[in-house]
Amino acid sequence: MHDSGKILAGLVVFGALVTFPVWYHAAWGGPLVKPRLPADLAEKECIAPTAYMREHHMELLNSWRAQVVRDGHRSWTGENGRQWRASLTKTCLRCHANKADFCDTCHSSAGVKPVCFDCHVDPKGKN
Amino acid sequence: MKRFLQAAMLFGVLLAGVVVASQAQGLRSVLGTVLPYAAVAVLLVGVIYRVAGVWGRAPVPFRIPTSCGQQKALSWIKPSKLDNPSTTLGVIGRMALEVLVFRSLFRNVRTQLKPGPKLAYVGGWELWAAAMAFHWSFLLIVLRHMRYFTEPVAGFATMLAALDGFFEIGVPTLYVTNVLIVAGLGYLLLRRVFDPQLRMISLAADFFPLLLLLSIVVTGGLMRYFGHTDVASIKELAIGLITFHPVVPAGIGSLFFVHLTLVSVLLAYLPFSKLMHMPGVFLSPTRNLANNNRAERHVNPWNAPVKVHTYEEWEEEFHDKIEACGLPLDKP
Repeated sequence: MHDSGKILAGLVVFGALVTFPVWYHAAWGGPLVKPRLPADLAEKECIAPTAYMREHHMELLNSWRAQVVRDGHRSWTGENGRQWRASLTKTCLRCHANKADFCDTCHSSAGVKPVCFDCHVDPKGKN
Repeated sequence: MKRFLQAAMLFGVLLAGVVVASQAQGLRSVLGTVLPYAAVAVLLVGVIYRVAGVWGRAPVPFRIPTSCGQQKALSWIKPSKLDNPSTTLGVIGRMALEVLVFRSLFRNVRTQLKPGPKLAYVGGWELWAAAMAFHWSFLLIVLRHMRYFTEPVAGFATMLAALDGFFEIGVPTLYVTNVLIVAGLGYLLLRRVFDPQLRMISLAADFFPLLLLLSIVVTGGLMRYFGHTDVASIKELAIGLITFHPVVPAGIGSLFFVHLTLVSVLLAYLPFSKLMHMPGVFLSPTRNLANNNRAERHVNPWNAPVKVHTYEEWEEEFHDKIEACGLPLDKP
């Protein structure tokens, strides 16, 4: 091979970049943390099925914000006909009381920074 | 048009196959674990083989840089240090500008016959702009995806995501790179389809990667902005892959498997395709060599030894006879 020093150096850099997640995780990686709920919940069922909430909760919260803040409607009807109060603090946080144990686990591991708590207060956290 | 249709049909068959396969629960462990591993293995082995085993063996005995400016000559003639570099530093500068900002694409000059008739050489910035938009967005998107492959998330991934979502449009936030990459890839594809001269020189292998990349971007965008997926489960899958304990959590939508499989196809296809310009740009002898042919002697290493008989040797051999004739001698 001609210019083998330069070519091998380039290939080593390429290999290191491709395998970055593997050695990064070996050196600095930690375990994935799953969200936790308190033992005594205020409600038996969530406002929507878990699978739906996992994928679409941000859309729902966004539509709640729009209907409450812009239109002044506080009431929201779930799929089974039950009426809920459209409120992050007074509905969601009653069960999902601990932001650090519930919201933050997925959000920090997914690298997402929602803007909810720019305005809202986290009742159990340091504000 | 025929070659575009060939590529489109080939890609359509591939996409249809992937979509059908992603629906089958039984194939999820193949699409989610076996295929990504195989694709990365093909990528690594393929790139290393082509760079070290094929290109590295090609000898470059002479300096053959494309000279795009005044060569270094006499002290009072201003040399073009970047376009015709005579030093290693100049070469590094030239390569850096080429790799990072695609300087040569700015010379996308074309000849046009304007009414008159008048011959005009028109510079075009569109190709350069689309290439910049695509390549840089693609890099940022790949780096942003490291949020799935690092736990805790690497600082640069969060920083880039914040920067990329600066305008905070919609939920989830619109990434500027997503708009730019669709615009860039769209232009690069459409120019090959609608410009007759470009269509003439375009092969199926030119269209195929563009269609593949575009569909990867579209499936990713659909998941982020429209369909939505369970991101936490996808992260579980990604971390499983890089820790070599692969798992396929339940509840991941089929769109994700289409996205992942198309990415695997891209990675495995890369070593066999024109996408090898990624390592290739560094190994271009027309760009990575200093133009110092006049200042330094470069001897072809495999030249056969030439038997020479110098004047000094000749004079020494016939010294006495030359002297006897009364002819002048260098060494009397």
